[in-house]
Amino acid sequence: MQLFLALIIGIFICGVAGYLGSLMITKRMSLVGDALGHLALPGIALALIYGFDISIGALIFLSLGIILIWLFERRTKLPMETLTAVVMSSSLAIAFLFLPEEEAIKALIGDISRITILDTLITICLSMIIFLATKRIYTSSIFASISEDMAKVSGLNINRLNIIYLVCIGLVVAIGVKVVGGLLIAALVAIPASTSKNIGKNLSQYSYGGLVFGSASAILGILGYQITGIPAGPLIIMSSTVFFLISLFIVK
Amino acid sequence: MDNEILTVRNLNVSLNGEEILKDLSFSVKRGEVLVILGPNGAGKTTLFKSVLGLLPYAGEVEWKTKRISYIPPQELLHRKDLPPLILEDFFKFKKVDYGQITQTLNLVGLEPSILKKGIGALSTGEFQRMLIAWGLVDYPEVLLLDEPAYGIDLGGQETIYSLLHAFWKEHNLTILLITHDLNIVWEQANSVLCLNKSYYCYGKPQEVITPQQLERLYGTGIEFYKHSHVGN
Repeated sequence: MQLFLALIIGIFICGVAGYLGSLMITKRMSLVGDALGHLALPGIALALIYGFDISIGALIFLSLGIILIWLFERRTKLPMETLTAVVMSSSLAIAFLFLPEEEAIKALIGDISRITILDTLITICLSMIIFLATKRIYTSSIFASISEDMAKVSGLNINRLNIIYLVCIGLVVAIGVKVVGGLLIAALVAIPASTSKNIGKNLSQYSYGGLVFGSASAILGILGYQITGIPAGPLIIMSSTVFFLISLFIVK
Repeated sequence: MDNEILTVRNLNVSLNGEEILKDLSFSVKRGEVLVILGPNGAGKTTLFKSVLGLLPYAGEVEWKTKRISYIPPQELLHRKDLPPLILEDFFKFKKVDYGQITQTLNLVGLEPSILKKGIGALSTGEFQRMLIAWGLVDYPEVLLLDEPAYGIDLGGQETIYSLLHAFWKEHNLTILLITHDLNIVWEQANSVLCLNKSYYCYGKPQEVITPQQLERLYGTGIEFYKHSHVGN
């Protein structure tokens, strides 16, 4: 039963992360996943210590972190990227300050050994919401990333698109930390999408390719965990990397 | 006077503290072709972006339509690192049906089979024709073109201008066309706006395109020659 639940949340989370990831690498934002993953770590730590849902802890600290970055930005002329580095590293340090050692690994690379049915249901719902929202803004966002000027003249509301997009990223990170922890999030969004970019011939092959490779990596990684006992997070990422390496040899 | 589709009054645009356009006023009537001439860096693209609301400006810009199509200078689009896009994907950015797409492609001399081709696999000429088809596919009332013949050989340029002309005649389209190439001052232009930073002239082609005006606009070789001698 645990295996079954783990497979379900793995497939949903990694699939939707790969799908959104294809949009993120087009906008050259794949490392944003890592920054947010690190931001979320104290929340994951607290959730592990006090036994509440990891995603909720992650979401609280993601919001706090983003508000902090925004407040800092109003007080200095430093670029957003630098402020993100400041807040994200501090966040990481704080997490290590009060995180018991045996929980540290779980927070960093994820833990799927204690999934409840409620967890699974919430994850499915959130994944579906992210997927549908991303699907809605997908074509327009690609268009805006090719030429923002043309997109604006066509009447697209770029601000609205970006807000939906950023909320989706935040949510993907919040559910993604469950499976791969706070350290490996960028891999979850970047690798399946890169594989898909290598072999996809058109936009729908490319976007759904991210979804397929993400889900397939989740299946392989979780089965690998079942057999070897090695944590699923790194195994999922490694499966993903294998797909990527194979894709390098497939001529488009 | 109510036939004006675009009215611009006292347009002022500054970028990074530098004044690019100063007190520019002109208007475009429905169905007119306005050619905007000027050397590189004269502020032509800035003018387009301001009237489209893509850049902040002071002054008045009044459009009588919302159906505006804008084709930016193609170096902005072409050969950039794109996701895998075939032409069909590119046309999905506009909500039009398949028949409309193939019809417009025909108009610019492209086969419908090209829709399955990747954007990166197109030649410069094909790409530019595709862009124009893309701009026209949802029947806009106004088309703004920024150097549509950039990087295309002479034969290809003629094709582009003649197909634009055909579409213009058939659909009562209003065209605003930027070029810095004097050889392509369009016979069909109703009015010309010459632009060089804060200097501009505006009027009918035969009034505006005089040797004196062009000298003011582009400077003259003689002056430049003299300067280089002083330098020696």
